[in-house]
Amino acid sequence: MMISKRRGGLAVASALAAAALTVASCGSGSTPESSAPTSSAAAEPVTIRVQTFGGGTNFGYKNAITKWNAEHKDIQIKEEHLTDQFEQQYWPQMIQWLQAGNGAGDVVGIDEGGMGLAKAHPEWWADLKEHGLESRKADFPAWKWENGVAADGKLFGLGTDIGGMSICYRTDLFKKAGLATDREEVSALWPTWDEFMKVGQQFQAKVKDTKWADGTNTLYQVVLYQEAAKNGNVTYFDKDNNLIVDKNPAVRTGFDFASKMSQQGLTAKLRNFTDEWAAGTQKGAFATVGCPSWMLGVVSGNAGDAGAGKWDVASVPGGGGNWGGSWLAVPKQSKHPKEAAQVADYLTQAQTEASIFTDFGNMPSNTKAQQDPAVQGAKNEFFNDAPIGEIFAKSASSLQPVFLGVKHAQVKNAIESVIQGMDDGSVPYDKAWQQLVDDAVKAAG
Amino acid sequence: MPYALVSPYFILFAAFGLFPLAFTLYYSLYDYDLAGTTEWAGLDNYAALLADDDFWRAVVNTVAMFLIATVPQMLLALFLANALNKRFRFRLAIRMSVLLPLVTSVVAVAVVFTQLYARDWGLVNWILGAFGVENTNWRAERVPSWIAIATMVDWRWTGYNAIIFLAGMQTIPRDLYEAAAIDGASRRRQFWQITLPMLRPTMIFVVLNSTIGGLTLFSEPTTFYNGNVDGGSQGQFQTVAMFIVKQGFREFDYGYAAAAAWLLFLLILIGAAINFLFVRRIGGTK
Repeated sequence: MMISKRRGGLAVASALAAAALTVASCGSGSTPESSAPTSSAAAEPVTIRVQTFGGGTNFGYKNAITKWNAEHKDIQIKEEHLTDQFEQQYWPQMIQWLQAGNGAGDVVGIDEGGMGLAKAHPEWWADLKEHGLESRKADFPAWKWENGVAADGKLFGLGTDIGGMSICYRTDLFKKAGLATDREEVSALWPTWDEFMKVGQQFQAKVKDTKWADGTNTLYQVVLYQEAAKNGNVTYFDKDNNLIVDKNPAVRTGFDFASKMSQQGLTAKLRNFTDEWAAGTQKGAFATVGCPSWMLGVVSGNAGDAGAGKWDVASVPGGGGNWGGSWLAVPKQSKHPKEAAQVADYLTQAQTEASIFTDFGNMPSNTKAQQDPAVQGAKNEFFNDAPIGEIFAKSASSLQPVFLGVKHAQVKNAIESVIQGMDDGSVPYDKAWQQLVDDAVKAAG
Repeated sequence: MPYALVSPYFILFAAFGLFPLAFTLYYSLYDYDLAGTTEWAGLDNYAALLADDDFWRAVVNTVAMFLIATVPQMLLALFLANALNKRFRFRLAIRMSVLLPLVTSVVAVAVVFTQLYARDWGLVNWILGAFGVENTNWRAERVPSWIAIATMVDWRWTGYNAIIFLAGMQTIPRDLYEAAAIDGASRRRQFWQITLPMLRPTMIFVVLNSTIGGLTLFSEPTTFYNGNVDGGSQGQFQTVAMFIVKQGFREFDYGYAAAAAWLLFLLILIGAAINFLFVRRIGGTK
């Protein structure tokens, strides 16, 4: 670039202005409004806003919505992906909208961490029984169905996906470290978490600029949910909503594991669902990440096309677990509850959930979808044609629900902040456990 | 009739100024859960706040960021204004261009700065790395995070303050400088003995404005952490304004947030008073 000296200031200023405008146009539009474009045709179509959260391809609704919109002229679905972060941003905003009676979409996604509170507030939701959706009961495992029934017996939520557990890993980086790359052999490397860390050290000895794992929080969650299954299927609250963070061995085991991973220098110190974490996925900042089924779409979405074929899926150390999974609900404030219920019904149908799994990876909670041969035999192209049907669908029917309390979202964020703080150096390792307990008490209070 | 003509301002002020103020004061005396119950709490919220380490951490963060941002900003704006207060080509275009950062959306500024200060692939770490400095985690370490956010604030507001200083400088009568020049005063002497003292009213305005802006700092540190009001894993750069939003709209403890808002108001009054006293002495013999 040639800039004569005299005009330099002006040129730089205008270049800056141009750059600023470009960036500004990308960054706008964060607050959703309901002003959807409507055609001037005789029958005005109803627009149903579906609000979702999560990184990468999140709920995996892209193709399903395109299909619906092509087939239904009278009802158009518009997805509003609000943010990657559920506890810190999506859910607090949603609670405000629900409480204010305005702002929420016609169909809203709710993560398992928000369901305790959602159940305790039947007044927020439309009753899906009134729209004939009681008939869907046979489609879901009992626990997934029960969780969508509010305290007063109102049916408000239909199950979308469930967790399952695996480890996503980078074959190219494993090769660089001289490790096995085949998924069977990789799975055999780490029957336990101790062995997982040992392999991590071997990896770290060979590869300097990439860390073994993304950060402490993803694997902490994985271990927490595995251990919860051994400790009465509870995490931070017991089934009477008493805080049991300091009493539940599952929390301590998860914490100790996270602490060890961090102290051994095996983490890239990135907090999951942040921009830096997403960028780290793309730029190869870490070689493994804990992968419930829905995380496959997050990884592939964050990594982008350039990452295709570099990733694969192996089994998780320490046995199965069920982290995550969501529901769809229709807020009472929706002006089109009938159409919204139709959309929620469609998005949770066996056929839709099956295609979401084969396209993006989110494991269906719909039992008919789980038994679908297309699901059972599904392979994921992005992950080196990993047989995800075999990895997730086979164990899906045996997954146990984990109970989460009314204030789970707040406590989860407080605890993860301490664990992340321990990893990024702002909380000393020897003080972290006490602070974790203290902050959890504060957040639950 | 004159009352009707001035009434729009007072109506708007009552609706958007007075009412929220009274409303906040009222609810600061209640234990008001936004998604639950409301109970009388008296001064409990205030007592709990004064004993809350998180609140004090937010106060320290806010004051520290204010100082790190404002002191260099004022000096820079002053010298920038002095430089712009001369005759040169394209004067208008260049004077206008110092305002550009201000009209840029804060989100855009945050996006750029977030990448500049990225830990692994950021430009700042890359440059520091060339001098052998190890990668700094700008979102995890307290003082570096303050500095990063302060640069973001300065980027946006230095030009704005410079323009106000410039306007102030142009009201200073030329003959004062001419007389000083005849008496043999150097340029530098003129700046210290004429410009600065004559600028005092402008300076008071700018400093008060910056105090209010600095102590209610919210957008920059929030966008610096993915739009998250936590301000770092352990609140390394959480400001009081972010603390209020977190308590009110994330923990749904509205009464507590309202009390914190009133304490912030007090903090601003104190800050403004200190700055006012300080600025009054600048360049002053009176």
